[in-house]
Amino acid sequence: MLTLQFVPYSDIEHLDTDRRINKLLGIVKDNKIVLMQGRLELHEENRLIERTMEEINNTGFKGVEICTIYPESRNAKLFERLKNELAKVLLGNREGLTVIGPATIVKEIKRDPGKIQLFTKDLNKGGS
Amino acid sequence: MIKVLKDFIDRILLQLFQKKKSVKVGLYGPPNAGKTTLANKICKDWLGEEMGAVSSIPHETRKINIKEKITVKSGGKELTFNLVDTPGIATKIDFEDFVKKGMKSAQAKQRAKEATMGVIEAIKWLDNMDVVVVVLDAGENPYSQVNITMVGNLVARKIPVVIAANKMDLRKANLKKVESAFPQYDVIGISAKQGHNIEEFYESLFNAVR
Repeated sequence: MLTLQFVPYSDIEHLDTDRRINKLLGIVKDNKIVLMQGRLELHEENRLIERTMEEINNTGFKGVEICTIYPESRNAKLFERLKNELAKVLLGNREGLTVIGPATIVKEIKRDPGKIQLFTKDLNKGGS
Repeated sequence: MIKVLKDFIDRILLQLFQKKKSVKVGLYGPPNAGKTTLANKICKDWLGEEMGAVSSIPHETRKINIKEKITVKSGGKELTFNLVDTPGIATKIDFEDFVKKGMKSAQAKQRAKEATMGVIEAIKWLDNMDVVVVVLDAGENPYSQVNITMVGNLVARKIPVVIAANKMDLRKANLKKVESAFPQYDVIGISAKQGHNIEEFYESLFNAVR
């Protein structure tokens, strides 16, 4: 059975980087797929990769598959971009969606670029 | 407050009076994109020797490798830099993947452990780079989160980026897809193995270092 756990942005809003990552990795290490509202900061995504590498072991945890999807502001008008930036400063990175799954369950997440496709491993066969 | 002021003045003085020691060009990218093959091509062209071993098994490079004082001459221009080849950045490493490629279990586990440490080391080294060449396999999906996170972090650090879409000699290579994934960057289609388009790559490197 596949479990998806929704994490609203308000759940991580007041946490510092390490606590945010601990929370998300904790869910993933419970073999659940995280669906998080919004996205982490870029340096936090980097930190998530580092922490994931620290946690990998040869007996269970093999790492994560991660994907974020968010509205592109490149083509938006200047006013829209300013509005979005202001909202980001005031409310945090709430736009978009972040998917993080354990590599033992999620084979691949494809972002192409406006949709997410999640491929899972065939656990009954014990392989991908 | 005084400390902030002191740091600010120190930084200004450093920029004014200290000549930059050496330019560091980092090769970053996912595993098996051809970073070391490109490093070998550059080193062979300008130093007459290769930089490191390459393999079809991912995570062959598990430590930072540096070749110092490489002088590239192209189109009447000259550039001297230190080349930093880094381990491939990944979000997952499974020793069983190495076993499937024919390695013994103990050897595969050791490789996986070293590979995880290599990823951490590569990320930590980002701040030391003056220019980064992001090496991607032109036949793979460029929209992976690792690629997006990597390029985003470089931009946030104001580090100039050149994107090398490698393995253009392979039939499944798709330069247009890489270009559309990174429309605001200089994307150069190359084959490090065959040496295709290397002159254009050097030209981009000159432009990025400028």
